[in-house]
Formats: sequence, structure tokens, C-alpha cells
Amino acid sequence: MNLKVPESITFAKTGFCPGCGHGIAIRLIAEVMEEMALTEKLLAVVDVACSSLAIDMWRFDTVMAAHGRPIPTAVGVKHIRPENPVMAYFGDGAAYNIGMAETVHAALRNDNICVFVVNNSVFGMTGGQMAATTLPWQKTVTSPYGKDPKKYGTLDITKVIGQMDIAYLARGELSGAAGIEQSKKMIKKAFEKQLANEGFCLVELLSECPTNLGMAPVDMMKHVHTAMAGYFKPGEFIDKGGSGR
Amino acid sequence: MEKVLMKGNEAMAEAALRSGCRFYSGYPITPQTEILEYLSWRLDEVGGTFVQAESELSGINMLLGASAAGARVLTSSSGPGFSLKQEGISYLVAADLPAVIIDVMRIGTGLGDIMQGQGDYLQLTKGGGHGDYHTIVLAPNSVQENSDMMDLAFDLAEKYRHPVLIASDAAIGQIAEAVELKEFREHDRDKYEWSIKGCKKGDEQRKIQNTYYTMPSYPEYLKAKYAGMESNEQRWESYRVEDAEVIAVAYGISSRVSKEAVDIAREKGLKAGLIRPVTLWPFPVKAFAGLKSVKAFISVEVNILGQMADDVRLATQCKYPVGSYGTFYDIPDPDVLVEKIEAFYEKEREK
Repeated sequence: MNLKVPESITFAKTGFCPGCGHGIAIRLIAEVMEEMALTEKLLAVVDVACSSLAIDMWRFDTVMAAHGRPIPTAVGVKHIRPENPVMAYFGDGAAYNIGMAETVHAALRNDNICVFVVNNSVFGMTGGQMAATTLPWQKTVTSPYGKDPKKYGTLDITKVIGQMDIAYLARGELSGAAGIEQSKKMIKKAFEKQLANEGFCLVELLSECPTNLGMAPVDMMKHVHTAMAGYFKPGEFIDKGGSGR
Repeated sequence: MEKVLMKGNEAMAEAALRSGCRFYSGYPITPQTEILEYLSWRLDEVGGTFVQAESELSGINMLLGASAAGARVLTSSSGPGFSLKQEGISYLVAADLPAVIIDVMRIGTGLGDIMQGQGDYLQLTKGGGHGDYHTIVLAPNSVQENSDMMDLAFDLAEKYRHPVLIASDAAIGQIAEAVELKEFREHDRDKYEWSIKGCKKGDEQRKIQNTYYTMPSYPEYLKAKYAGMESNEQRWESYRVEDAEVIAVAYGISSRVSKEAVDIAREKGLKAGLIRPVTLWPFPVKAFAGLKSVKAFISVEVNILGQMADDVRLATQCKYPVGSYGTFYDIPDPDVLVEKIEAFYEKEREK
């Protein structure tokens, strides 16, 4: 079999767990950059959590931002290099827990950046603690009896910024050929919109975390497609040119 | 160039863009808000970027991104807002990124209050955020110096790839004085090899992250960096110290009244002098060498605890008594300082 891999993939020793969704997401972004001839232009910002490991997996110039701050960091980068595509690539804990104010306000400003949120429903790097995205009654190391929806809600980002004046809001899944192919299309569309100066694009990618959810990789993929995609519906929620840019 | 009348805060803002700064992200807090207001229209005029961030946290991290992309960057705050910037300052140090951050000091712990203060001395000079670092701290004492030190701050930040702090205060920020502004300087965002710009085929990938991840000799590198700052960047002003027996040590607004007190004391025949640290870190230890007649020091500050007095003790290897005249939020009174100097002589006579 002839394996063709984008040039921006380094094949450095990976820190990601076997069965993790990040590898798929990184591959998709690298493929999209190659197809759009943006590999030498992309400027990436990652978080300090699991997404930080991506800095060694790809050859894009990259900033590792503080926890929850990849969006403002990417905004700063974009203002100085507006001709370069800029993305913030990080997890749901950073985007919707500690960095929620930054996520909402970047949408409010309709900042012209791409945001890719890898949603695995837990804090991965620190060992699988409960996150805003943890499903009702899901067991984690900080919700050992299951997440009680009366005490902690489950956050669906499309209900928070779904009515805002931004360019693109979509959710894909990193599970199954169809889901992965759809996710790739969403990633590509987000970059096309940034190049067209349309504004803020957020694509959430439902992802595997077999280590912290205690599942075998194949069961984990099924869980993403059934339980996670059952709660967090995939699809395109906003698809328009943002105003005022 | 002819002089113009400007508020201290506005002079800093104008001087920053004349130093080539084209990016500012900040959040309102008294008494620094004029910087934000001024740059909201002025940066636009010169083709720069102004962002009013949703918080100081977001603002400092926008700054980090803009610095990583090669720009000269500025943010400002005061007291509680400055504390929120500490996270980002620690990350700027870790990633070897230049930036200039202004603290227009107000008084107090917690919320404190909006009048002039010098209570952030320890936070500014001893690290402030988490981890293992210092920052260069410049302390202007006039509107003219507010302008001049912006230029210096950006040059030092670039030279050392390190954040530089400006310790201004509400009094210096709010007064209007005549100021001679510097000429415009250009900054090229592509000047640095290390800044992110897109990884071309054959380029080494640029990674803005903890420097020690890729530098096994980081401890030696960091120590050498700070040793270089300590030997090259100490700045101070000495006033009538040659034969002085009692030397006041004061910076910022306190140094202006201390200078007046020295003159009054001299008229009374008391041998008073003044050392004004211009860099709070590195502390100007060199200013304290070779003083032949000195018998005592008095640290004059707008804070309760006399935060700088320990640095005076260290600079003089604890050989002399170091008194402290700390107000809470009042600007120190020159007459009170003279009384304190007189009291010293009284005690000497009693010995």
C-alpha cells in the first residue's frame, strides 16, 4: 500500500495515546493545508493541554498559548500577519471551561480566525476530569457517581454562540469514514472563509479519548458516533459571511 | 523638536507608537485608562491595531500572540488589573518574547483605590507571576521620562527578548507637563528570525513555547541573561550625595518631593542627598558604592510597608541604618521628610 502523507506531518515520536482523535484531526488539517497550498503559510496556536503535543506533530510555525488562551493569542497573531491563515487548535476544556469568555468575545468581535475545538468530553491531559462537555451521568475521576445534571450542566457551544453574527459554526465527528470526511470538509470551509475575510469560524470535532473514558479504541469510536454525536448533533449551524469585515 | 503639553499617560501612549509599537490590547481601569483611550484613535491614524479586550487576561494573551508574530507590543493596567496580567507575563518570559507592560500604580491591596501608590514594588521587582524570573522595571518620574522611557523599554525588550515593565503611578500619569517627543522609528515585523511567519520548505519550524523544552542549558542561559541585565542596565540619578550623611532613596513621584526635601534640608545646613533608582530591577546597587560620608538611608515610598527598604539594605550590605518614610496614599511631604532627617541628627547628637 502506498501511504501518502502531507509534507507538514513530521512523524516525530507522538505523545498522543493510541486511539486518540487528535491524530485524525491533525492529519485532516495537514491535508486541507496541502490541498489549499497553505502549508507554508499557516500559523498555528495550541493550548498547553493535549493539543500542545501537536506542536511536534506538524511543521507549521506554532505558538503554545497559556491554558484557555489560544483564541486571544491567535487574534494577536492574525492582527500582525493578516495575510496568513491563523488557527487556534485546542480542546473543549480550554475552549468552554477556562477560556469561555475568550471564545464568546472572539465570536462577538467576529475575529477572522479559525478555531478547531477537539471535544473529547473530559480534561484529557490531567487524567480525565469532568468538563463542561461531559455528558449527563458520565462517570469521570471527578464525577465518580456520574455527572449529576442538577449540579452541572452539559454545554453545547451551538446554543451559546449559535445566534451570533459569525461566519461559520459547525460540528463534525472524528469517527467513521463518513464523519471524518464531513469533518474535513468543515475544516476546509472554515479556512476558505478566513481567506475570504468573512470572520470567526468555529468547528468542533467530536473526538476519542480511550485512555480517560476507559474504552477500547473501537468501542470508543462507536461511543463518539452514538453517545457523543447523539447529544452533540453534528452539522453546520451558521454558514454565512460575517458582517462588518 | 518643540515641546507640547501632555498628560503623563498620553505621553507614554504617544511615545510607544513613535518607538514603532503598532499593537495595543487593554482593558479599562483607573488611573491608566487614558492610555487605552488615546491609542483607540491614535493607533488607527498610524496604521496600527488597537483591541479593547474582554479582560486583562485576554489582553495580555493577544499581546503574546502579536509579539510572537514579530510586532512591538504594548499593554497597560493598574493594581488589580495588573495582577491579572501576571499569567501572561510569566508566559512571555518563558517563551523569550519581548513586550512592554505599563503599571500606572494605584494604592492598596485587593481593590485598593484609584489614587497614586507605589505598593506594587514587590510584585514588579521580585517576579510577580508564577515561576523563576525577573523583569526589567523602569520608573519614570516626569511626563518627559514617561515619553523617553518607552523608547528605552522597547529597545531593552528587544535586546533581551524579555518583557519590560514601566512602573509609573497615578500622579505621574495624570499630571500634564511640557514634553519633547521623539522622532518616529519604524519596526519591521520580519526583523527577527524567531518570529512566526509561515514555515517554508527547508525552514526550521518555529515554535514559540517554553524555551527550556529545546534548550538543555536553559538554567545557565537564564542566569547569564539576568547577570547581563544586572551588570549593564542599572540606571539611577544621584543628587547631592558627594558629602551627604543622610541619603533619601526614592523613585517616581516620591523622588520629586524627596529632591525638594534635600534642598530644604541643605538650606538648614543638614547634609542630605538623594539616590533615585531609575531601574527598580535591576536595583542600582552601583549607586551605593563609594559613598564616603553617608551615615544613614531613608527609603521614601507611597506604601505602608516601605517595600523598597530591604533592597537598600542589600545594596549597602546592611552596613547602615535604613529608615522608611512610607505614606499610605498621600504623596510624601517634603517637610515631613526634612523632619525625619532632622530627627536623625538629633539622635546623633544624643549619642
